[in-house]
Amino acid sequence: MKVGVLFSGGKDSCYATFIAKKNDYEISCLISIFSENKESFMFHTPCIERVKEQARVMEIPLVVVKTKGEKEKELNDLEKAIKKAVKDFGIKGIVTGAVESVYQSSRIQKICNKLNLECFNPLWQKEQIELLNDLIKNKFEIIISGVFAYPLDEKWLGRKIDKNFIKEVLMLRNKFNVSPSGEGGEFESFVLNCPLYNEKLIVDSFEDFGEKNSWSREIRLK
Amino acid sequence: MILILNVCKEKLHYYEFVKPVEDILRNLKIDFFVKNYLEVDKDILRKCDKVIICGTSLRDNCFLENLDSFNWIKDFDKPLLGICAGMQIIGLIFNGKLKQKSEVGFYFENFKKEFLGLNNKKEVYHLHNNWIEFSSEFEEFCDSKINQAVKHKHKDFFGVLFHPEVRQKDLIKNFCLL
Repeated sequence: MKVGVLFSGGKDSCYATFIAKKNDYEISCLISIFSENKESFMFHTPCIERVKEQARVMEIPLVVVKTKGEKEKELNDLEKAIKKAVKDFGIKGIVTGAVESVYQSSRIQKICNKLNLECFNPLWQKEQIELLNDLIKNKFEIIISGVFAYPLDEKWLGRKIDKNFIKEVLMLRNKFNVSPSGEGGEFESFVLNCPLYNEKLIVDSFEDFGEKNSWSREIRLK
Repeated sequence: MILILNVCKEKLHYYEFVKPVEDILRNLKIDFFVKNYLEVDKDILRKCDKVIICGTSLRDNCFLENLDSFNWIKDFDKPLLGICAGMQIIGLIFNGKLKQKSEVGFYFENFKKEFLGLNNKKEVYHLHNNWIEFSSEFEEFCDSKINQAVKHKHKDFFGVLFHPEVRQKDLIKNFCLL
C-alpha cells in the first residue's frame, strides 16, 4: 500500500516511517506542516524546516503546507496537506508517530476517516522506555532540539538519546513525573541518522532560543 | 493461556490494535499466544483458556466479509472478550444488527452495574464507525443510546465498543483473572 507519513523530523515520526517500511509499505511521500505558532498543540516546531534535508537523504518526496497554527483551524491546513499527498502520490493511507496523544491522533483519525484513508499509528501505546531502547538498538542517532518542562533546561539541547540519557530521564520520571520519551511535550528531538538515511546529517552550527525551562535549538546542517 | 485474535487486514495495524493488548498481558506475566482469526481451528481453541478478539481500524471492515470464520463462537464454552470489532463479531454471530455511528476520542460512559471492574462514570477511548444492536441474549451495562459494554446472559462472553487497551486497561486484567 502507498502511504504518506506525517513527518516532523523527530524520533517518533522517523521511527514510524522505519516500521512502515520494514513491513513493506511503500512510503510515497512525507507530509510536514510548518507552523508559525511555536506553541502548537498539533505540530512539532523546533528544526521543522530541516525535514527538507531529512527527506533528501531518505530520497522520499516531501509535501509541505504552512499554517498559522491557530488551534483547530490548523487542522484545515493538515487536511489540505493530506489531500495534496493523495492527489500527487495516490496514497491510500497515512502513517503517524502518535504514541499516547489522543488530542493529536483522534484529530488525524477523523481527517483520514473523512477522506477514506487508512490511518496507521505503529507506535500507539508503546511503552516509552521500550521505544527509546528500540531507537538505540536500531541505530537511530537523535539529538534533543527543544525542552519545554521543568527541570529540563538549555543544557539538554543537543544531547544524544543514548543509554545515559535513558538513565537520566528515568530518574526525572521518578522525581518530577517527566515522560521519558517526551510524550507530554517535555522535549522535542531531531534525527541525524537512521537506517532510512543514505547519508548521515551533520550539524554545522546552531542557535538556541528561550529562557528558564523552555528552549529550542535551530540547527544548520553541513 | 490466553488466545489473542488479530482481525486486522493490514499488517501495520498489528502494532496499534494487537501489540498494546499483548503488552498488558506481558506486564501481568500472563501467558498468551497470538493468531490471525483465519487460522483458528479446534486445536488452537483447545489450547487456550480464554480468548480476546482485538479491534481494528476505522476503515477496515474486512472481518465482516469473513464472519463464517467466527462460527466457532456459537459453541465456545470458555470466557471471551471482544474489543470494538471483536464486540461487533460476537454480536453478529448472535444475530445482532450492524448499525452506524462514528465516535473517535475520549468519551465518558456511565456503568450502571459493575462490568469487569468498571463502575459509575468512566473515561473510555472510542474508535469506531459501527456498533451492534445486540439480541436479547445479552445484557447492556452502560447508560447509553448504543450498546457500549455487554455480557451474554448465560456465558462469560463480554463485548466492549471502546478500547480498554488505551483507557481502562484494568478491564483486560480483570477479564484475564476471571
